[in-house]
Amino acid sequence: MTVEWDWIADHTGELTALSVSHLQAALTAVLLGLLISLPLAVLAHRVRQLRGPLLGIANVLFTIPSIAIFVLLLPVSGLTRTTTVTGLTVYTLVVLLRNTVDGLDAVPAKAREAAKAMGARPLRTLLTVELPLALPVIMAGVRIATVMSISLVSVATYIGDGGLGQLFTDGFQRNFPTPVLAGVVLTLLLALVADALLVAVEYVLTPWNRKGRRA
Amino acid sequence: MGELLMDLGAWLTSGDQWSGVDGIANRLGEHLEYSLIATVIAAAIALPTGLLIGHTGRGAFLAINLSSFGRALPTVGLIVLVFLASGLSMTPVYVSLVALAVPSIVTNTYAGMRAVDPETRDAARGQGMRAHQVLLRVEIPLALPLIMTGLRLALVQVVATATIAAYVSFGGLGRYVFDGLAQRDLVQVLGGAVLVAAVALVLDLALAALQRALFVNRPA
Repeated sequence: MTVEWDWIADHTGELTALSVSHLQAALTAVLLGLLISLPLAVLAHRVRQLRGPLLGIANVLFTIPSIAIFVLLLPVSGLTRTTTVTGLTVYTLVVLLRNTVDGLDAVPAKAREAAKAMGARPLRTLLTVELPLALPVIMAGVRIATVMSISLVSVATYIGDGGLGQLFTDGFQRNFPTPVLAGVVLTLLLALVADALLVAVEYVLTPWNRKGRRA
Repeated sequence: MGELLMDLGAWLTSGDQWSGVDGIANRLGEHLEYSLIATVIAAAIALPTGLLIGHTGRGAFLAINLSSFGRALPTVGLIVLVFLASGLSMTPVYVSLVALAVPSIVTNTYAGMRAVDPETRDAARGQGMRAHQVLLRVEIPLALPLIMTGLRLALVQVVATATIAAYVSFGGLGRYVFDGLAQRDLVQVLGGAVLVAAVALVLDLALAALQRALFVNRPA
């Protein structure tokens, strides 16, 4: 199997466009996943009875195969970007929900009590004490969800979307490995860069966790 | 939508649909065969690796990064790549499914081994146990629940993904999904998808029940 570098050189524009579209689908899904799972996680954390059902539903959704999720959405949203993003969002939910609940659970009771004693209302405690303290665990979930989504976008190639995944179908149909290899390498690269950026974001957001700053 | 569900119900319950080479029974058997073989190969690679890393405490960096790398590796790309390199055989199917399953098993085995209380490990050593005795009699039994969780996760992922065997012209339940997509037959596509999801779900629940039964006296 030889790599035809000429092909890559001739298609840099297309490769860039596919990478951008790929990343767009994955990041939109993670963002939507966060918007959905944050309130649900707070709910699951505060109302014990809801925790089992919420995590259970997320778990069941996770066992649906990715290709099946896209296919099951076809009658609703057809061969569109919406189908891709919705399918990916469903997949991010289980990781994001579980990690956010775990993160909120791990907030020391003393920090919560101190906030209460200082007169903070529940919402303010949540925003200024609980969520910041839970951030490292939440961010761990965001990192997993992001890498997973970036890898999964290519599955949507079966329903005609899929960003870099289109290179896989293309190479397969033409019996031409170069685009496939380029697609795999670019997907790994996107995942690596996105993960590194998220580590940087976490570093910026949690100044109290930096080494050498601890009292 | 209602009509579609009716058609889907008819497709799933028709006797013709269940018999023959392209019948659900045969495709289900193929699907389980691919999934089980892939998971067993993955376990044969990943269990010793995870145990070794956990026991020696060396290579943890590798274990963590391997799992991240495994999550990022696009299965569709991998299967096509191996297919183009090796030609028409089961190799691409097994390579990509094994690559998918290994990280989950390694990381969970490693996590299980790390979660063993160091004092328990010291006590075992203090009683004169050799390294392999500590591993076999103390560490593995204590790590077993998490090891099982890793195997369960891997199996569910593999069952869900074995759908792509049909993409490189093999059988399994993915046959319906890809044939249906090619023939614009939504009922067949949905039928295949529903069956795969059901198999993954049933296996996951069965393994969860088995896990609960095995570790009835122990905290998870």
